[in-house]
Order: sequence, then structure tokens, then C-alpha cells
Amino acid sequence: MTSNAHRARDRVRWARVPRWMRTIVRRAAFAGGVLLVFAACSQAPSTLRPASKPAQQLFVLQWWLIGIAFAVMLIIGVLIVVPLRHRIRTVADAPLEDGGSTKPIAVGIVISALILAAVFVYSAVVLADDARPDSPPHLAVKVTGHRWWWEVEYMSPDSSNAHQNVVGANEIHIPVGEPVQILGTAADVIHSFWVPQLQGKIDLIPGQTNVFWIRADKPGRYRGQCAEYCGLQHAHMIFWVVAQPRAEFDAWLAHARQPATAPQSPLEAEGKQAFLTAPCVLCHTVRGTGAGGKLGPDLTHVGSRLTIGAGTLANTPGNLAGWIENAQAIKPGVAMPRLDLPPATMQKILAYLESLN
Amino acid sequence: MATATIETRLMRLWETPHSLYGFFASTDHKSVGKRYLVTAFVFLLAGGVEAMVMRAQLIKPANHFLSPEAYNQLFTMHGMTMIFWYASPILSGISNYFFPLWIGARDFAFPRLNMFSYWTFLMSGIVLYTGYIAGYAPDRGWFNYTPLADPLYSPGLNEKFYCVALLLLTVSTTVGAINFIVTAFKLRAPGMSIGRMPLALYGTLTASFSNIFALPSLSVALAFLFLEHRFGMHFFDVSAGGRPLLWQHLFWIFAHPWVYIIVLPALSFISMIIPTFSRRPIIGYTWNALGVAATGVLGFGVWVHHMFATGLPPMAMSFFMAGSMAVVLPSAISIFVWLVTLWHGRPVMSTAMLFALGFIFLFVIGGVDGVFTGSIPADWQVTDSYFVVAHIHYVLIGINVFPILAAFYYWLPKITGRMMSERLGKWNFWIMFIGMNIAFFPMHNLGLLGMPRRVYTYQAGLGWTATNIVVSIGAYIFAFGVLLFVLNFFWSLIDGPIAGPNPWDASSLEWATSSPPPPYNFAVMPTVRSRDPLWEERLGMGKRSDVFVGPVISDEEKVTLGTTPLDGLPQRVVSFPEDSVYPFLTSVALTAICYGLILGLWGLALSGALFTFFFVTGWLWYAPKPVEV
Repeated sequence: MTSNAHRARDRVRWARVPRWMRTIVRRAAFAGGVLLVFAACSQAPSTLRPASKPAQQLFVLQWWLIGIAFAVMLIIGVLIVVPLRHRIRTVADAPLEDGGSTKPIAVGIVISALILAAVFVYSAVVLADDARPDSPPHLAVKVTGHRWWWEVEYMSPDSSNAHQNVVGANEIHIPVGEPVQILGTAADVIHSFWVPQLQGKIDLIPGQTNVFWIRADKPGRYRGQCAEYCGLQHAHMIFWVVAQPRAEFDAWLAHARQPATAPQSPLEAEGKQAFLTAPCVLCHTVRGTGAGGKLGPDLTHVGSRLTIGAGTLANTPGNLAGWIENAQAIKPGVAMPRLDLPPATMQKILAYLESLN
Repeated sequence: MATATIETRLMRLWETPHSLYGFFASTDHKSVGKRYLVTAFVFLLAGGVEAMVMRAQLIKPANHFLSPEAYNQLFTMHGMTMIFWYASPILSGISNYFFPLWIGARDFAFPRLNMFSYWTFLMSGIVLYTGYIAGYAPDRGWFNYTPLADPLYSPGLNEKFYCVALLLLTVSTTVGAINFIVTAFKLRAPGMSIGRMPLALYGTLTASFSNIFALPSLSVALAFLFLEHRFGMHFFDVSAGGRPLLWQHLFWIFAHPWVYIIVLPALSFISMIIPTFSRRPIIGYTWNALGVAATGVLGFGVWVHHMFATGLPPMAMSFFMAGSMAVVLPSAISIFVWLVTLWHGRPVMSTAMLFALGFIFLFVIGGVDGVFTGSIPADWQVTDSYFVVAHIHYVLIGINVFPILAAFYYWLPKITGRMMSERLGKWNFWIMFIGMNIAFFPMHNLGLLGMPRRVYTYQAGLGWTATNIVVSIGAYIFAFGVLLFVLNFFWSLIDGPIAGPNPWDASSLEWATSSPPPPYNFAVMPTVRSRDPLWEERLGMGKRSDVFVGPVISDEEKVTLGTTPLDGLPQRVVSFPEDSVYPFLTSVALTAICYGLILGLWGLALSGALFTFFFVTGWLWYAPKPVEV
């Protein structure tokens, strides 16, 4: 028999399968395909690819719940479909039935209650385990949500010495394998701190500090995003957690603590002058210069950041120029105004900012 | 006296004149019900169009189809329209039409209040949408968190429209709830003791009690926010010593019970449909009735699970986690009751039954993915992500839209007198069911892949793109399914076969009168002595109830029989008021107050208040006194 004939016969057989069953099979195949595609996708900030012990625990809990969910769906689905064997065509086709026992209802409820009790206990255990880290954190980072960017402040170990704190934005560097305490708050409206691969969400709420901790067990960059709707550009309020080996992290922090690099070329020096006389300084700080604005992100080491506009664009000279020129076109509603600088001034400022690594 | 004469005289007594005056003055619960159904369905279509536009924006990453302003207004209006102006009112529509028919009464206890409830609902929707048309749509999400919704971050009229439109709606919902409760307890046919009530009543009754206890919390929150916006007060503003989380508590104390308010009546419609199409009385009537009531009560103890990520103490949250697990059980009871009934019956796969069975499956999905949100640690990952968007849609579409469609296929023949097409109905079901699952099941996955909700766009390369395409396609398939329903409805009006009084051979009282029922509902007062008055003889319990013969009570005055709350024993004759335009005028005057408050036009607000006073006086002036037996 030719393969065409086989196919034709299969089609006939397939057509004989009840419609509901065909639908279920098709849907299952489709859903499976979708799941496979995304399991293979590597860039997703996915809860299904945990990179820390707490996220791993949540991941396991999640899979138990997914398993229970599919089991319950399957069982109830079967319980709905099986009695349809006895179906009749119209209401007039059979006399009324009577009798029947309520016992199965009680059994169903007892089983449901046991499953739910188990979920409760398991969740409570994870909750208690997640409440504090295995070892006390040595590093505290204050994260303040702004519309629509993240202020990141590394607290000095000597808490009396606040001006030793290092301020950055939209990027949180942490040492691998160590718990890091986060002091979360917000400057304006409620935001939510979410790095799916590291931890569940914690809201950042103005007027209160939520203390929690994160850790990453593998070096790498982990994408985080605001998860509480915070207005116009909620979609572009992204940050990155950069997990580095301890030595690398220490070096990074020591560098970050330094004031801004001095200009190395005449163009950069002119850029610095242009920057300091432009409206930039009203909102931005560059430590070691006269720029001390507090409304926007600290730019002391802006040249070394991964992104600009809180994760909106990769930090390339072209993107940075576009951002300075007209941030409103890229992220409408952002506090950064349209500047319309003369091209020559723009060149200089760009060179200066690029040099701030 | 010949029956024909009685019917003619009842008709003369009860019929509303077919005139413009009659349109505005009618208090017939069936008119109220139909208007509720049509209006709420129009809101469903409006909310659906909003969703379609949003899915066009999200079909590809970094899309510029919509501006962030437009998207934020759309998702807020979509949520408000569906949750407040569709989901609950559509249930009120079914319940308004059928409540008196289910219990053998001539009308509601307060017919004028009932029509007032409808007009006020309509007006509140008009207030909301005039805001949208004028460019001041609320855009802070349907739960409108402060401080984002505070005047500092939301200047403009948008938030004023949010507060006032919703406040007006709570007026409508509250009076409706009171009417349902009094009617259910006082106007049941003689002999219909509380244990013989059709199960449909339990859902609406429980939801009405929940409304009365939950709505004040919302009203207070809205009043606080409005005072902030209009008079510069500071309830939620941190800089002035306010607390942002106060809004969340007030809102969710209301809004979680609201979830049950918009699902319990729908569940109880299913409890009417499944026995009819299983050709047997329901098994576990008492279980089901108590389960519904228990859900309503437990629904008040779970609101904090919307706030698991706000940094509340773990011990305090754990109680709410326990509550959230416990509230699953009474809903599970309903599922087992339906399944057992199905197993012990002879199923008829009508379109109504298909929607009912499809609903059970969707209900299960909406229940098991709800467990994720009830477990504190699991919730930390899924909350505010697309997982929750999937969950809320399985709950609201699965447990509201599908049962409503089942109810339409089941009861519209009673309302219109004509059958809908079963063939088109089945296409309607399968397209909606498949579209629903293609649209919303993958959203769970999007949430697990880290996509937050309420983003107007997303970046490429995060693994979200393909799923978003699938979701958008599913949404369009689903919308096409809804259009098939509209088509079927109009086809039935034009060309549907005549239904007759009882096309499904069902057991409850609404099927004992003609389709559509006459303005007085039943010519004679039925007497009920079982749960299935129309099936008694065939169930071998002998003839107990008297549905077609009995007392007329009166063909000279608009009266019905009042009965005792639990046993349904005759107590006294209750009279009904005549038709009146005052309910309509009162809600117009209230609307004037609303626009006055929103726009700061104090003259308008004050005259609205004065007219409200006059119209309410007029309304009460002619109220007849009860006639003692």
C-alpha cells in the first residue's frame, strides 16, 4: 500500500474518533509543542531556569503544583467525559432517573482536603525556609524604585558613614553564592522587585522598607523587571543582576566607589565642560565633579553600564546619543526631557559620558 | 369565572402600556431583566473590542500600534468593563428575569427599586464611558493602586471618573442585593420551604449577602480617593502621613468576595441546567446549597492573598494561605455534585449542556491555577505576571461567561419564546472553548517565563514572542465564537422554532408558564411541595404540588402572597406599587450629582441632590399600604 493510501486510511480513522477526543489530542500536541519551544529558549528570565537556592525551592514547589494541576484536570476531564457514553439524543428519549448516592461527593471532598492540606504544609515549610538565608549577609543594598528606573545604593559596612555608600542605577552587582540583603523601598509609587531566576517578587512601597535577600549560585546576568503596574513606562523598568565571583565583585565595588574618571582627551575635557553647563546637572550626579542632581540616575560610571533607560536599550554610543537627543521618542513619558543639543555639543558630551567607566 | 376572563383581567391589571411613558415607567421584573441582559452584553462586546485591540498591540515585540497611554487606558477600561459592568450585571439580568418565576411570585418585593437598580447601572456605565470618550478614561488598572492613583501621580479627571462611576454602580448593586434577599425570603410560593428552593436561588442569595457586606469597603475606599482628588485630602499619601497599603486592604476586602459574587450565581445556574439535561433530580442538593453559602462566607477571609508580596509578616499571611486553601473545598463540593448527578443520569448533549460541561473543565483549571496564588511562596513567582492574567480569565470567562452562555441557550427560549439553533450552538461552543484555551492556557507559561502583566510592550529575545502570537490568535478565535452567539440569537428571533412552555422538559416553576411569560407570570398562585414540582409524578412521588390550579389571590389589585422565610407558609397578601417614572428620574438626578462632583460644578451637584430629594419623595408618595388578609 502506498503511503498516500496509508494517510487516507488514517484520515478516515481520525475522522471516526469523536470530535471532543480529536480536539483534546490536537490541543495536547499543540501545548506540548509550545512548551518544548520555550524550554529550549535560553534568554528568557524564566522561573523555570532557577539560578539560586530560593528560586530552586520555588521551582520545585511550582512543579509539584503543576503536576497536581494536570492530574486534577485529567481526572475531572475523564469524569466528565465517561458518563457521556450513556447519552441520549433528546430529553424525550428516556424516562427520568432517580436515586443515587452522595457518598462520592464526600470521598471527593476528603481527597481534595488532603491534597490542599499537603500543599499548605509544603508551602509553609518553603516559606519558613526562605525567611532567612543560610548564613548572615555581609552586603546590604538599598534598592529604591523610581518611575521608571532603579536606584541602587551599596551600604557601607560602617553604617555611621553614609557618604561612603556607592550609588548606581539599574544594575545590581552581587558576589556569587552569597546572600545579599536588599532594603527595598520606593520614591514615588509602588513598584515590585522581580528577578524570576533568583527570587519571587517583593513590592517596593513608598514609606516602608521591605527587607529581603537574594543570592545567585551561578555567575551570570539575570534580568529583573518591575512587576507592579507603575504608570506609563511600567513596561520599560528593567534591571540586571550581575553575579560575579567574590574577587571580581570586590574589584568592581572598589572601582565603583571611586569618583568619576578624569577626562583623558581634549574632546572628553570639552565634553565635561559642556555637560556641567548643560541642564544635565539639574538631575544627574557625577561624583568628583560639580554635577549633583538627585532626580535621575547617578552617572559616575555610566560608561560601564550594560543598558540605558533602565534596560530599554543596550549601552552603545549610538543608543546613548539617541537617548540624549530625544529620550521621549524612545521611552515616552520618561523624566528625561528632549534636549535638542547642537551636534558639536552632543559629540563632546557623548565622548565624556562614554569615558565614565 | 372562566380562566380566560381571569387572564384577561390580570393582563389588564399587570401589563405596562406600550408607550414612551411605559418604557420609562415600567417596573416589570422581566423588563428589568431583559434590559440588564442587553446592556451587560453590550458592555461585554465593548470590553471584548478593547481586548482585541490590546492583543493587536501585543502580537509582536516593541510594537508601536498603540501608545502607552492608549494601552494603559484600554487595559483599565477592559478590566472595569468586564468585571464591574458585565460580569455582575449579566447575572443580575438572568436573576431579575427569573427570580420571581423560580419562586412562583408575580414580581420582586420592591419593583420600583428594581427598575431604579437597572437605570442606575446604565447611568454609571454612561458616566464611565463619557469619561473615556472625553479622553479621561481611568488608566491605573481596575484595582487602581495608590499612590499611583493619588492626585500627585494621577492629575486630571481620569481618577474622578473612576471613583464616581464605581460609586454610582455600588448604589445600583446594593439596592439590587436587598431586593433579591427580601424577595427570596418573603415571596416564595406557599409550600416552597427553604429546602425546596431551586438551587439557582442559593447563588444569587449568597452573592447578595456578600454584596451587602463587601460593597461598603469599596465605597469607603472610593470616597477616600475622591476626597483626595476633589478636596486635597490625604488618606493614602505617604508624604502627608497616609498609608498606600490602606487602599489595598479596603479594595481587596471588597474585591475578593466580589470574585464569588460574580461566580456563585453562575455556578447555581449550572445546578439548574445539569439536572435537566441529565434527566434526573440533582444528587447532593443540601451539599450544594451549603457549599455555595460556605464559599460566600469563606470568601471574606482570603483577601490578603492579593497582597502576599507587600511585605506583610509571614505568620499573618499564613492564616490567609490556610483560608485560601479552605475556600477551594466548598467549590469542589459543587463540582462533585454535578459529576455525581451526571454519572447517575442520562445526559442530553444540548448546547446548554455542552457549555455547562465545558464550564466544569474550565472551572477546574481556574481552581488549580488558583492554588498557585493561594500558596505564599508560589504566589511570589506568579503574582502580577501573565500567570495571574491566565488565572483571572479562567475564573471570569470559565466561571462566568461559559455558564452565562449555558444559561442563555437554556433560558432564552423562555424569554423570547423561540428556540436557538442547536447546530450553530455547537459550533459556537467548540469555537469558544478552543479559542479560550488557545488564548489563555499559554498565558500561564508566559507568566512562568517571567512576563509581567500590564506591560504595553515587551522586548524581543526573551522567549515571549511566539506565545504572544498564539495568545492573540486564540483571542480572535474566541471573539469569533462570541459573534456566532450573537448571530444565533438574532436568527432565533427571526426564524427560531416556537419554544412552547417547557422545551427541555425541566422541573422548575419557570417552565410551568408560557414562553414568554405573561406580565403577571402565573395566572394562579402555585403551591409547591417538592424540589421538582413538574417532575413529581414521573419520579414516583405522586402529585404533590399544585402548579396549574390554585388561588388567584386577586384580579383587582396588584398583589402576591407573602410567605414565611423558612417554611414558606402563607403569611399575608403583599401589594405591589403601580408603574412609575420616579425611579428613572431619581437615577437621572443622581447622575447629575455625579457629573457635578467629577467636574466640580457645584451648582449641578446641588440641583441633582435637590431633584433626587423631590423624586424620591414622589416615588414614596404613592406607595400603597400592605393589605392584610
